[in-house]
Amino acid sequence: MASADAALALTELHKSYGAKTALRGVDLEVGPGEVVGLLGPNGAGKSTLTKIACGLVRATSGSVHLAKPVGYLAELFRFPDWATADEVLLLHQRLARSAGGAAERQELLQLVRLEDNAGTRVEKMSKGMQQRLGIAQAMIGSPKLLLLDEPTSALDPGGRHTVRDLLSEVKSRGIGVLLNTHLLTEVEQVCDRVVIIDRGLVVAEGTPHELESGGAVEVELASGTRRIDGAGRDDVPQIVADLVAAGERVYGARAVGSTLEDVYLRTVRDAR
Amino acid sequence: MKAHFESVWIVAWQALREARRRRVLLVVVALTAVFGGLYAWGAVEVFDNVPEAPAGLPALVIDERAVAGSTMLGLAIFGALFLGVILATFLSAAAVRGDAERGLLQPLLVRPLGRGHYLVGRFLAAAITSMAFVVLVYFAAVVAIGLIGDWWPASPGAVALRLALAVASVAALALAGSTLMTATANGIFVLMLYGAGLVGGMMGSIGNAVGSDRLVAIADTTAWALPFQALYRDALSRLFGDLQQTGGVLVSLGPLGNSHDGGPVLLPWALLFTALVLVAATARLRRLDL
Repeated sequence: MASADAALALTELHKSYGAKTALRGVDLEVGPGEVVGLLGPNGAGKSTLTKIACGLVRATSGSVHLAKPVGYLAELFRFPDWATADEVLLLHQRLARSAGGAAERQELLQLVRLEDNAGTRVEKMSKGMQQRLGIAQAMIGSPKLLLLDEPTSALDPGGRHTVRDLLSEVKSRGIGVLLNTHLLTEVEQVCDRVVIIDRGLVVAEGTPHELESGGAVEVELASGTRRIDGAGRDDVPQIVADLVAAGERVYGARAVGSTLEDVYLRTVRDAR
Repeated sequence: MKAHFESVWIVAWQALREARRRRVLLVVVALTAVFGGLYAWGAVEVFDNVPEAPAGLPALVIDERAVAGSTMLGLAIFGALFLGVILATFLSAAAVRGDAERGLLQPLLVRPLGRGHYLVGRFLAAAITSMAFVVLVYFAAVVAIGLIGDWWPASPGAVALRLALAVASVAALALAGSTLMTATANGIFVLMLYGAGLVGGMMGSIGNAVGSDRLVAIADTTAWALPFQALYRDALSRLFGDLQQTGGVLVSLGPLGNSHDGGPVLLPWALLFTALVLVAATARLRRLDL
């Protein structure tokens, strides 16, 4: 059961496109001020889920509860190339009925480091600048929920750093964020929780720390290095004893931590 | 209610600004000026070769100036409508599928903006622009013919109203098509539909000439199914209807002789058709996954 004060609560979400099923009963919740990372391979259903959340795609069944207003940055988006950054934000202010005026536009441009480009036309902006403008656009009207679909895909390291700072700022304002991304380092650094989705199903969920805690033991044998997933430091003596009893020559053993990347790859592999 | 109007107007205003900033309107004005200049030159040449009508013309004698004036205005109606249809089509053809494919539509529809509001806003922008275009071009032609040839049609307002409604119905069709097809396919579809309507009307003229009821029935059915065609034929009939009997017959048998009185139901039907197309387009857009 979704909590009533959730910024986003998706319950038993199903989506089919004809014979193809994109989502098979997804439950997902984002709390106020919580940044949730949505991970999954291409075609897992991440963008479909995000689009259902913001009303661009209709769910076949299931329910969507969200706190309005919502800010959304699509994976593939464009702004009119003839408009300036300020005009784009002004249009969205009018549509969002935001009373923020010029001060809000200026603040948002400052937040995404585009304060010197208010009068620059979109056609003159790099892809990275357009993506930062897209994030500013999503922030119009003080949203309670931000849905960001690959917000850093076109950004250089500096731009990604800006977005990470921005997400920290967003969190401090109590805005819930669903961050759909392929960049695991980004998720590790900014997300409170991670949801891994594959073939339309949630296959793992937890804080980055919880997901990473399942490590492995690597043992050096005459035949090479063997990795035993899911084992920890306490398991090393027993593993070594078992291997020696089995006639193996053990040259070394160590417990290794599991990165989010390991968890992600293992989870997706196991789900298939 | 105010919020609904505001949403519609924001979308319409944005589309009009886009047309201006992309220099669509500038191109239209410049080319229309060229068209107008050539048209006026043609009118001067035509009326230089037409004698003055004697006063108290008997009913069976042809007033050559009236024939020349109405034929020239018939040409202006055809030209204005053709260009207006192109304008309405180009302003609407990419409104939904085209803009969605380019990623322009999604950021807008996530806002508290109804999909119906979006469509009506886009319709208003295309309809206002193309209606203003056909009305201005038509009245410019009326003034040119009046000043050059000293011939004025009896009811220019009625003709202008029909032209305006015709392009508005085309704008609605192009918008509806944009919920189903990509921009290119939709543009081709609407322009071919317009061409089919014209051919249907021509078949009616041929049917009348050869006495084929079936051809006339095909033309009438086509005109009612595609009201922009019925409006065009009705506009011509109002123009030629002012002529004395023999001249009217002569003009109606000419190359622009596609006229047909649409009767009192035509205008309400054209309005209803446009509204129904917009309702269908909105229903389709509401079901569309973007």
